Amino acid sequence: MFNAERLKVKLAELDLCNPTVLASGILGITSKSLREVARSGAGAVTTKSVGLEPRDGYANPTVIHVECGLLNALGLPNPGIHKFSEELKELGDLEVPLILSVYGYSAKEYGAVAKMGEEAGVDAVELNLSCPHVKGVGAEIGQSPEKIREIVKEVKVQVKVPVFAKLTPNVSDIADLAKAAASCGVDGITAINTVKAMAIDVETARPILSNKIGGLSGGAVKPVAVRCVYEIYKAVKVPIIGCGGVRTWKDAVEFMLAGASAVQIGSAIAFEDLAVFKSITDGICKYLERKNVKSVNEIVGMAHRR
Amino acid sequence: MSGWHTDANQLRTVSIQKVVTETELVKTLYFRDKHCASAKPGQFIMVWIPGVDEIPLSISSINGSLVSITVKEVGEATRTLNRMREGGLIGVRGPFGTHYKVVGKSALIVGGGVGTAPLMLLTSRLAGEKVKAVVVEGAKTRSELLFVDQLVELQKNNGFKAIFTTDDGSYGTKGLVTDATEKLLSTERFDIIYACGNEAMTTRIFELAEKYGTPLQASLERFMYCAMGICGSCVIGKYRVCRDGPVFNQTQLKEVEDDLGKIKLDPKGEKVKA
Ligand SMILES: Cc1cc2nc3c(=O)[nH]c(=O)nc-3n(C[C@H](O)[C@H](O)[C@H](O)COP(=O)(O)OP(=O)(O)OC[C@H]3O[C@@H](n4cnc5c(N)ncnc54)[C@H](O)[C@@H]3O)c2cc1C
Ligand SMILES: Cc1cc2nc3c(=O)[nH]c(=O)nc-3n(C[C@H](O)[C@H](O)[C@H](O)COP(=O)(O)O)c2cc1C
Ligand code: FES
Repeated sequence: MFNAERLKVKLAELDLCNPTVLASGILGITSKSLREVARSGAGAVTTKSVGLEPRDGYANPTVIHVECGLLNALGLPNPGIHKFSEELKELGDLEVPLILSVYGYSAKEYGAVAKMGEEAGVDAVELNLSCPHVKGVGAEIGQSPEKIREIVKEVKVQVKVPVFAKLTPNVSDIADLAKAAASCGVDGITAINTVKAMAIDVETARPILSNKIGGLSGGAVKPVAVRCVYEIYKAVKVPIIGCGGVRTWKDAVEFMLAGASAVQIGSAIAFEDLAVFKSITDGICKYLERKNVKSVNEIVGMAHRR
Repeated sequence: MSGWHTDANQLRTVSIQKVVTETELVKTLYFRDKHCASAKPGQFIMVWIPGVDEIPLSISSINGSLVSITVKEVGEATRTLNRMREGGLIGVRGPFGTHYKVVGKSALIVGGGVGTAPLMLLTSRLAGEKVKAVVVEGAKTRSELLFVDQLVELQKNNGFKAIFTTDDGSYGTKGLVTDATEKLLSTERFDIIYACGNEAMTTRIFELAEKYGTPLQASLERFMYCAMGICGSCVIGKYRVCRDGPVFNQTQLKEVEDDLGKIKLDPKGEKVKA
């Protein structure tokens, strides 16, 4: 019944055995946990966002559960690319593509980190142009088409592996950002990162996150993310990796119909644990059979043709 | 493991009902919360100290909806928490993680320092299940031993025994808790060992469990951000302490033997000595 061919996806030059990808910042800090996610059925895995220098996270609370999703402001804690390269090198024989998520304070930094990642053997690089809660990086850079062009250009000079740009939804027109990245030869767009948000405890009258403001993920952002993917698909030709609130096969299919070639999964792991990859792939497979579709690639962007 | 209790994950603000001083550095704080009251022995909660931090702490007792945490002052968060008074507000989410499971009819319980906290909840459950239990508790010196009166009181129960060790010999047996444990294992058979303490202790108990062929359930500690199994900060080998643990069995501990007592992640995600 299970047809492996049906689920194969080509993402830029990456061959994925299925369209589910581990999202950045979720369990991607050590080689052993990335291996565990691959073993549980992800078609590709993305690391935690890594910068040039080590960085402390914010004080807790950094991740909380709100009514309809998760709210986080971790502050991009990471050991820095020098240390992290050792983890990456242990993944030479990983059975699925390994994507390094990169952040930086300047185009040069993004380029340097990406290059070191390539040397350590990663299969692709994802530029985090969208972290909503760290000053001077991520979304602050990623809200400007100008800066995006500068960074993509620099990284494309530094590495040969495919480069994906992960965009923020916290702008008035995300398609403009996608166009900026595509105009500089980006190989794919990941959409979206978290939506700027906050929560206040009414008993103590205090913002709960230590950083006060953070990013919303999970079910609450899914309709926002689907809309973003839909608009980006209209605007550019490069493949899109949909992200935001994917928890079931239905969510994944919805993203693909909107134009995503693959989907990333993050918050859902808090609710479904690692079994979520297998259950989504199985569900997509059944859907394709029921609809008599030979390959998952055929449904990408289908909603645009209706 | 789908169907995770999502209500319990959300933060609740509770007021401290009572504070009991256990030792110079350890206090037990009581509060009411129905989700925490459903915790099983060995599970933990995330405690928000408003304006300061949020830290993992084990549940040390449950009576109806009254729940307690037993806290040792080691840094800013635990110091602030231990200075809070009745009526003070803290946030709680959880309970999270795996728990100690009842196995067989005779148990050896090994607690080091504040690691004895979750074992107190276990001890009261085992008494209810009519399991014969020997509790070995170790500390540096007499004044640091926890719950001595309660443990001595429990000896009135059939088959229950409490043994204390101090490094300086000021109370009970002089020496390490692990040495007393080995002595017991070499003369008596137990169906299960339950352990909670610092990682050096746990590593030694793991070796002893291997040597004497006795199954083990031991609780581990790691730095934690999310407690929901997604951030990866608490990993040991392929496991997450917040989700796959904190209580691990012998087989799982064997799988992470390379890291046990040796490697942990610091808050940056950098590997450091455990
Ligand atoms: C599942 C779990 C259950 C726990 N249960 C209890 C409990 O019932 N009672 C209790 O008193 N403590 C418990 N702890 C440990 C407690 O969370 C830490 O002591 C606390 O986070 C320290 O915060 P702080 O700001 O006071 O100290 P910090 O300033 O953060 O640290 C002070 C010192 O404590 C060490 N430390 C910090 N975090 C940990 C940790 N997670 N494990 C070990 N050492 C640490 C630091 O390395 C440093 O040396 C538990 C930890 C875990 C993971
Ligand atoms: C705890 C947590 C940490 C995250 N860390 C990162 C990160 O380091 N880099 C990044 O690009 N995105 C990060 N994200 C965003 C996710 O990769 C993803 O874009 C977002 O959560 C939406 O997807 P989801 O609803 O499936 O979680 C993080 C999200 C969460 C919940
Ligand atoms: S604390 Fe985040 S995965 Fe365990």
